[in-house]
Amino acid sequence: MRSDKVDGGPRASLGLKFAAAGGLAFLLVPLLIIFVYAFTTEEKSFQWPPPGLTTKWFAVAWARADIWSALTLSVQVAAISTALALILGTLCAAAVSGSKFFGREVVSLLVILPIALPGIITGISLRSAFSLLDIPFSFWTIVLGHATFCIVVVYNNAVARFRRTSGSLVEASMDLGADGFQTFRHVILPNIGTALLAGGMLAFALSFDEVIVTTFTAGQQQTLPLWMLEELIRPRQRPVTNVVAMFVVLVTFLPILAAYYLTRDGDNVAGMGK
Amino acid sequence: MSAEAAILPGRGGLFGGLSDTFWRRPKLFVFLLLLPAALWLGIVYLGSLFALLLQSFFHIDDFSGLVVHEFTLKTYAELFKPQNFDIIVRTASMAAMVTIASAIVAVPIAYVAARYAKRRWKALFYLAVMLPLWSSYLVKVYAWKLVLAKEGIITWVFEQLHISPALDAILAIPVIGGNSLSFSFIGTFLVFLYIWLPYMILPIQAAVERVPVNLIDASADLGAHPLATFRHVIFPLALPGIVAGSIFTFSLTLGDYIIPQIVGNGRLFIGQVVYTQQGTAGNIPLAAAFTVVPIVIMGLYLWGARRMGAFDAL
Repeated sequence: MRSDKVDGGPRASLGLKFAAAGGLAFLLVPLLIIFVYAFTTEEKSFQWPPPGLTTKWFAVAWARADIWSALTLSVQVAAISTALALILGTLCAAAVSGSKFFGREVVSLLVILPIALPGIITGISLRSAFSLLDIPFSFWTIVLGHATFCIVVVYNNAVARFRRTSGSLVEASMDLGADGFQTFRHVILPNIGTALLAGGMLAFALSFDEVIVTTFTAGQQQTLPLWMLEELIRPRQRPVTNVVAMFVVLVTFLPILAAYYLTRDGDNVAGMGK
Repeated sequence: MSAEAAILPGRGGLFGGLSDTFWRRPKLFVFLLLLPAALWLGIVYLGSLFALLLQSFFHIDDFSGLVVHEFTLKTYAELFKPQNFDIIVRTASMAAMVTIASAIVAVPIAYVAARYAKRRWKALFYLAVMLPLWSSYLVKVYAWKLVLAKEGIITWVFEQLHISPALDAILAIPVIGGNSLSFSFIGTFLVFLYIWLPYMILPIQAAVERVPVNLIDASADLGAHPLATFRHVIFPLALPGIVAGSIFTFSLTLGDYIIPQIVGNGRLFIGQVVYTQQGTAGNIPLAAAFTVVPIVIMGLYLWGARRMGAFDAL
């Protein structure tokens, strides 16, 4: 009895530990392998183990203009889509969590739909709508698609936080004479701030990485994932692709860590509902 | 004190006035909060979706190759031609296999993460799930292209263990084998499994975390073997989590068209047909009819999942 407590709770059986450890390895090893390939001297094939190690591909990748323009476009699209999603998602979450009204279920279903249905459906419907309405592909058509599925990420985070924020705080603020905007500024915003930050970062990451919808809504422009897709289908310089892949893994790593620390005290860790 | 004095005077200014109006008419306020998102999703998303569905009722003229704007079910009938129906069956069975396999792999991970992992281990489990979940989709596919390549690490491991013939034997299996792992069905399956696995782990973990510890203690006190406890107490309570996860793995596999294009033996999946039909082939009605297939399958699936209480576990 007592020894159980000292050890810090119950122990898993050996078989269970093996299964879980195997699962962890399956999840992490492929990503780690990318790091090794970024340093390989082999240019033509995916030979393992690498015949030699070099850092020259970092310089080559750095000097490539097409990578830089793809990266810039991805950042711009992600920033604007996230901003739109933050506004739309937060307002919608406030309405859904703050009151009961007719059609509430329909609204929450509508918000989740773009992510519940396969991305290809969102993509092809947007594309056929653009062609029906004669809208030419541009920066804004990409943003239109991205914001649509980013709303749900912000919404999920905000709704979870609104539920935990006690309504009596708002009432107390109003009783003390604050108007609605003051209450929002001084009571609601500090309460939901970290949830919005986490939701915003996740929306940014989602948009930054999106490829399926983007293939349908982009014209000539290349976002970073489209560049990557092009390299996967028609490889031009494999080592450069390796370096970009490693860079992308590293970039994803930091926001995840940040989101973890921002929301770990809550009952709902951000990112659970990608 | 008279009744009027107890009521504060209205606020001045535009914002004060607005604030008062919203307080007095909460329904109007909720309506205004909902309006932007509802308009956006209603017009941009649902509008496009309906426009697409509408086109599935048109058909393409065999001679001119132009879309005929008349109501017809001809395009839907085409889905049942053997070559098209094969694609639907192949995609649906791949989605089912990926879902079952990911449930089997996910349960131990989620169970250990939820019940046993403390502090550092908890963080490691979190990272192990979140890193693949949030890493770029294409980078993950690319990583598997590296892993599965003929000259890649799996072949190397088999060589080091002197069991290369086993790998050759697996690749020699008809249908699922191929030239190398990255050009075989097994490869496609592994990549699907890897990419959607975190979506299965998270809801199961959430469900297991919610199982009250005293139920497990009670089961043990009543003399149940840990396996029996798992079978009769934990599994039934975690089932909604598994169903919730399966919604993601199933739906995502149904709609994907990039993975089979990069890792696979060239046999088509629904997503690839949709992509080529709307693009190079220019047959939007058939592409639209093909998109309806995953929508219908997912509709049925969600209806069933709802009945099993999966939405409470999301």
